[in-house]
Amino acid sequence: MADRSPAPDTPELRERWGGFEFSEAWAAKADAAIARYPQGRQRSAVMALLDFAQRQVGEETNTQGWLPLPVIEYVADYLDMPVIRVLEVATFYFMYNLRPVGRFHVQVCGTTPCMLRGSDDLFAACKKRGMVKGHVSDDGLWTLTEVECMGNCATAPMVQINDDNYEDLTPERLDAILDALAAGQQPKTGTQEPGRHTSEPVGGPTTLKEMVTANHDYRGEW
Amino acid sequence: MPKVTVDGQEIEVPNGATVLQACELAGKEIPRFCYHERLSIAGNCRMCLVEVKPGPPKPQASCALPATEGQEIRTDTPMVKSAREGVMEFLLINHPLDCPICDQGGECDLQDQSVAYGRGGSRYHENKRAVTEKYMGPLIKTVMTRCIHCTRCVRFSEEIAGVDEIGALYRGEDMQITTYLEQAAEHELSANVIDLCPVGALTSRPYAFEARPWELKKTLSIDVSDAVGANIRLDSRGREVMRALPRINDDVNEEWLSDKGRYMVDGLTRKRLDRVWIRRKGKLQPASWEEAFKAIAKAQKSSGPQGSIAAIAGDLVDCETMFAAKRLVNALGSTLLEGRQTGMSYPATNLAAVNFNSTFAGIETADAILIVGSHVRWEAPLVNVRLRKAAKAGAKVFVVGPHWDTTYPAEFLGDDAAVLHDLPGHVTEALAKARRPAVIVGGAGLAKGALDAALALPVQREGWNGFNVLHMAASRMGGLMLGYAQKGGIKDIVDAAPKLVLALGADEVDWSAFAGSLKVYIGHHGDKGAHAADIILPAAAYSEKDGTYVNTEGRVQFAEKAVFAPGDAREDWTILRALADALGVSVGFDSFAELQAAMIAEVPALGEEGLANYGALPKPGKGRAPKRATGRIAYPIKDFYLTNAIARASVVMQECSAELVHGQVLEAAE
Repeated sequence: MADRSPAPDTPELRERWGGFEFSEAWAAKADAAIARYPQGRQRSAVMALLDFAQRQVGEETNTQGWLPLPVIEYVADYLDMPVIRVLEVATFYFMYNLRPVGRFHVQVCGTTPCMLRGSDDLFAACKKRGMVKGHVSDDGLWTLTEVECMGNCATAPMVQINDDNYEDLTPERLDAILDALAAGQQPKTGTQEPGRHTSEPVGGPTTLKEMVTANHDYRGEW
Repeated sequence: MPKVTVDGQEIEVPNGATVLQACELAGKEIPRFCYHERLSIAGNCRMCLVEVKPGPPKPQASCALPATEGQEIRTDTPMVKSAREGVMEFLLINHPLDCPICDQGGECDLQDQSVAYGRGGSRYHENKRAVTEKYMGPLIKTVMTRCIHCTRCVRFSEEIAGVDEIGALYRGEDMQITTYLEQAAEHELSANVIDLCPVGALTSRPYAFEARPWELKKTLSIDVSDAVGANIRLDSRGREVMRALPRINDDVNEEWLSDKGRYMVDGLTRKRLDRVWIRRKGKLQPASWEEAFKAIAKAQKSSGPQGSIAAIAGDLVDCETMFAAKRLVNALGSTLLEGRQTGMSYPATNLAAVNFNSTFAGIETADAILIVGSHVRWEAPLVNVRLRKAAKAGAKVFVVGPHWDTTYPAEFLGDDAAVLHDLPGHVTEALAKARRPAVIVGGAGLAKGALDAALALPVQREGWNGFNVLHMAASRMGGLMLGYAQKGGIKDIVDAAPKLVLALGADEVDWSAFAGSLKVYIGHHGDKGAHAADIILPAAAYSEKDGTYVNTEGRVQFAEKAVFAPGDAREDWTILRALADALGVSVGFDSFAELQAAMIAEVPALGEEGLANYGALPKPGKGRAPKRATGRIAYPIKDFYLTNAIARASVVMQECSAELVHGQVLEAAE
């Protein structure tokens, strides 16, 4: 978390992003988000707008996108709210990137269930490919971040890359995914365990087995 | 009116009260950091935990819990005690143990409460987190490692000041209080966050490492930097005023103080007049009191008997000084008295017509407000706070005059004062329909003759007088009560061409018009008035004399003497008394008490603290159209931080002016 601070306010940054404006498509989405809130409460749309802005920056830079200060100011201006309030939101949620990221933002979960299921090996696999936490790799493809629980503990360990989750990973499976992404392909998202669809128990149910075929009443057995 | 029981004592509390307020009503002290009566409730410090039944069997934050019928509140149980100890221990985990080098030491909530409610030691052996310091401008010094994240400063700037500039970035342990890109906090009340900060995270930059609170002598005084008359406490050590802090007075300043009132005090020791000066051959040269008095007596004798002497009062003088000068001028057979230095000449026969009649507390309840030629934020920042409250409660605010950055929604109706005679339909409708309409005429409005037109506006209701004049000088209302007003303003005095002019700290007068007069400056700072003077008699500043001040709502307030005047400087009234002897006339008092008694005998209202009664407003002339107000309104204050001689002498105010008004970033001279 310590490295989460906005990219410095330099003249280069101002020059690159000072003229940022929502493209037509994103402006339409932004206005739709604002319209969801009652008159006078437009500020409530700030989180959606920051997300849209980040995605547009991502499109322009061919990365996951991030939020330069001039873009944050643009969002504040768009919603007619003080920029410090927008910055508060942007710095609070780590899904908003405050520094440039690579084409693929590899967010490895390091919280206890994932750690117990081998997330340390995933970090090792990432590092082997030259990724360093919090930095963009030299080829501009990767940014590695350790994140807290993403809520996929049943299919741990997991990695979120941009908007997709990849679960039930081993270093080999992760390597295959990263190779596919680097090659411009879209690997299968979700669980990587053969035969598993979502987060159902591997090898069939271990509890409530009678429920598989019929609505069984367990109450008599308690 | 719910009934609750606090520690076995049954009390009735007002509707909407919180459990914390109920405990306070019952006389129980509840420790707190984030809760503040004048700010919204945050409930994030958890220091105010109490036990409440019915409710979950755990301590509850009393500041955010409404008091309801039949509640049983305990503040003295082991659970409450251990809860407070626990919270205190957590707050201190990341708080540095640097009280010996912290300016808050001795007046620190955290220090006091850890002594009173803490467990006396820490079990924490890890490293403490450290936070980088944040720049917040020339007035606020930050040591953010000390911050306990109460967010009082954030809420103050958002809710009271109306300028969202302080925020809390990041989250959890990493939360940091800062301004956007560490820009200076840029409003007129910014330094109040220093008082609000319960720890030493935000402290006073000019006062850094100057003194400890227990070494300071505390004197109750009145702020003279504007006409609000904010109640202040002057903290002095030896002969120096170290700082000014606001006192709580809900009728005047609540508990805030403008940055100028707070920080111009360092000007009290700079550019002071501490000896007598006489102009010889065009140059001011040091002299003795006898020489000065002789020269004045000579000028007086050489002139005719009538209209030979005039007194012009400056913006900072107290009523006693003005009264003493008035007695002297009258004793010499003259009535030439004027306090409106810049040449304004509004009629001052009915003082209700030049008074802030709705009172400051009352203007909060107004529901339609028309401001005529007043940059309220700079002319009276504390009144702007009230206007913001009114606007937040739904009042419509209209302004005649050039645009300024209000901290609330306001509609600007144009620069020309003539718009008063031809207000847009929705404005007249808003004023007519309002239950409590108000008009506020500022100095710029008075200068364009807007007083008569404003008086004609329908702002009177049953039990409500919404006609207000907002002055800028601390001496104005007192001066008008004492008759410091000529029919034609200062022009009448120029026309009378007096041989002798007593300038009572008058720095804003165009002295070139008095080329033929002997100009005697009785004041405390070597400013514009002293530069133009022929004889300078060093006098006392507001901190160096007892005095009576009347604020723009006609509120009579007494200020006490905090320190002695430097060098040869004397209290103003003693100078005028001695001058009376030198001129061979009697003024009828020999002591300050006699002077006050004589003043009160002449103007009884000055003897009673509180609002003076000026009677009813003048009736609008029957069948007579009000005098036309014309001309483009131009606000007289060009620089908020440098409006009087004390502020102009203050290094801190000059820094503020350079950085906050003129945008120059000064490199720290370290």
